[in-house]
Amino acid sequence: MWLKFEPRAEPSRAMAYLSPLLAVGLMFLCGMILFYILGKNPVEGFRVFFMNPVKDAYGVAELFLKATPLMLCAVGLSMGFKANVWNIGAEGQLLIGALAGGGLALHFEGSPSPFLLPAMILAGALGGMAWAAIPAFLRTRFNANEILTSLMLVYVAELMVSWVVHGPWKDPDGFNFPQTRLFGAEATLPILLEGTRVNAALIFALGALVAGWIFMNRSFMGYQMKVAGQAEHAGRYAGFSAKRSVWIGMLAGGAMAGIAGISEVAGPIGQITEHISPGYGFAAMIVAFVGRLNPIGIFFSSLLMALLYLGGEQAQQYLNLPSSISKVFQGMLLFFLLGSDVFIHFRPRLVRRRK
Amino acid sequence: MNHRKLALATLGGAALLASTPLMGAPPAAAPIKIGYVYVSPVGDAGWTFQHDQGRKQMEAALQGAVTTKFIENVPEGADAERIIRQLAQDGNQIIFTTSFGYMNQTAKVAAAFPNAIFLHATGYKQGKNLGTYNARFYEGRYLNGVIAGKMTKTNIAGYVGAFPIPEVMQGINAFTRGMKSVNPKAEVRVIWVNSWFDPGKEREAAMTLISQGADMITHHTDSTAAVQAAEEKHKEKGTWAFSYHSDMAKYGPTAQLTGTTHIWGDFYTKVVKEVLDKKWKGTHVWGGFKDGMIKLAPLSPAIPADLKKTILRMEADITAGRLHPFAGPVVDQDGKERVPKGQNMTDADMGAMNYYVQGVASTLPKS
Repeated sequence: MWLKFEPRAEPSRAMAYLSPLLAVGLMFLCGMILFYILGKNPVEGFRVFFMNPVKDAYGVAELFLKATPLMLCAVGLSMGFKANVWNIGAEGQLLIGALAGGGLALHFEGSPSPFLLPAMILAGALGGMAWAAIPAFLRTRFNANEILTSLMLVYVAELMVSWVVHGPWKDPDGFNFPQTRLFGAEATLPILLEGTRVNAALIFALGALVAGWIFMNRSFMGYQMKVAGQAEHAGRYAGFSAKRSVWIGMLAGGAMAGIAGISEVAGPIGQITEHISPGYGFAAMIVAFVGRLNPIGIFFSSLLMALLYLGGEQAQQYLNLPSSISKVFQGMLLFFLLGSDVFIHFRPRLVRRRK
Repeated sequence: MNHRKLALATLGGAALLASTPLMGAPPAAAPIKIGYVYVSPVGDAGWTFQHDQGRKQMEAALQGAVTTKFIENVPEGADAERIIRQLAQDGNQIIFTTSFGYMNQTAKVAAAFPNAIFLHATGYKQGKNLGTYNARFYEGRYLNGVIAGKMTKTNIAGYVGAFPIPEVMQGINAFTRGMKSVNPKAEVRVIWVNSWFDPGKEREAAMTLISQGADMITHHTDSTAAVQAAEEKHKEKGTWAFSYHSDMAKYGPTAQLTGTTHIWGDFYTKVVKEVLDKKWKGTHVWGGFKDGMIKLAPLSPAIPADLKKTILRMEADITAGRLHPFAGPVVDQDGKERVPKGQNMTDADMGAMNYYVQGVASTLPKS
């Protein structure tokens, strides 16, 4: 007897939705086995890792705070990914968004204008779009692979952040430490729930999910992009512009990442430092795929991903596990998802070995 | 003794007597909880490793009175605030946050938990329940520089730096001044790697400096790569190394001459004891050799005996306050006198150092 994978005539819709759930289930299971091997009580481990972080209202608020930038980046990226536009550089677009919006906050420090915050958000989106426009241009004009160019621009963006906080935007009263001044209240996003850190950025993220859903499912342009992604030749035959797909895919990703960036610096961080994002732009790619490139899925997968970060902190504190435990869980999730996705296109069957 | 002094002494004595029974009482039933926040994994050398050594030393010294836990690899952005808050919420009465990037987060949480005490390494914001601490690493650097100046054949030292913040500038300038003090021909070249921890870049920078003729290598980055690079080139080029953060003799058994080692254990023990005895006052502690907060890594047998003696004498001089690495005249690279003859640089000026002194051959990245 051996296992054989037969190609399905049609990709299984059921499996497309079940696969992430299967991956999550397998991650839970293997996580508990891992806890057992490490000499921890698996049930206790599960409780600490997945339930402790959300045991009170503050914890739930932190979960949403952590999920917000992931949600924003993932929904933007998913639009491009659907059209086979591979923007790997959301992290860099996030940073440039933070610089563009944060620059306004510093320049108009103390301004009483009610337009300052909206202008900062807009600048964040434009900054992210500008950074994403570079790979889009290189792709459409010179056919340069956007995977490489967008990724390389991440490092350029990191160095730009480093330069401004060590150089022109350094806090003059900050003893030469690499940071800008703290933003004033006029340039800080309002808190939604008193006593927590959840701020208006969550509303942007939820709005982006809705907008993303409408665009992909209800607009002709979104339809064109999906067709271009699923069947490039069919799309071209129908007269859909591949270049436009690239531009829209990249710019959507850049805009959302840029908003995520400005929301972090004008939100929980409150200034520009060298440590704006612990890799949200990269983690968002896992979020996008676990969420099936679907805004509803992304809502849940970003919360799950945020929970893995928070759970890792709890596991360090209460189980004495090293910080890399979060990464192990993230890795397992992606691994099992890729594994489960095989079942979308293939059917497993037990067959008798023939002589 | 005049009356006022007498009165004060009596008052002090009375206070001492009054507090004696308290001090003599057995430690409180439950040990107090202490939390540490680390910026990187503990690993086996470097900044965080030294803090963790200090934590262990303190826990052993105050056995029974304290329990400690640490959370490692905490990003310096928005996440730190949650983690610091969780430690406070969880009943940790003293919380050490051991990286500059935790400053504002620590200050925010400290304001929300007035009954816990927060100690932030390398920052400058203090409060009623928020203290700061750092070490005068530059004192060790100066002595490293003296050894480099005496032992160099090429008169060039190479310095791998992370970021030009004051603490790193103090190190480079103190090393340079030490080296120049015994060798007027000496020059120091600096390569910035724009990262606290990037073994690949650190190694590349060290190798570049060695190929430019530097036979003395040191670093202000977190990995052992620079010392390892010197070890590798030791036979061929006679390259020597000075370690930083940790003693890295394991990684440069031949090449490492000595180094500037961070010692946090004595400080941690002292400050926790102060808290236990209710004597802690929020303040900034900036300690050097005198306070046991830094030490020279063991001096290599390759250092000549008379130089060793000189170094030990100079260490005693720094400890006693007779020698200051930034004693005037301090002249910067552009020839501007920063400290006149006869004065020592103030702590405030050292804390804002953003220039190279004379003797550094490289120029600072323009901002």
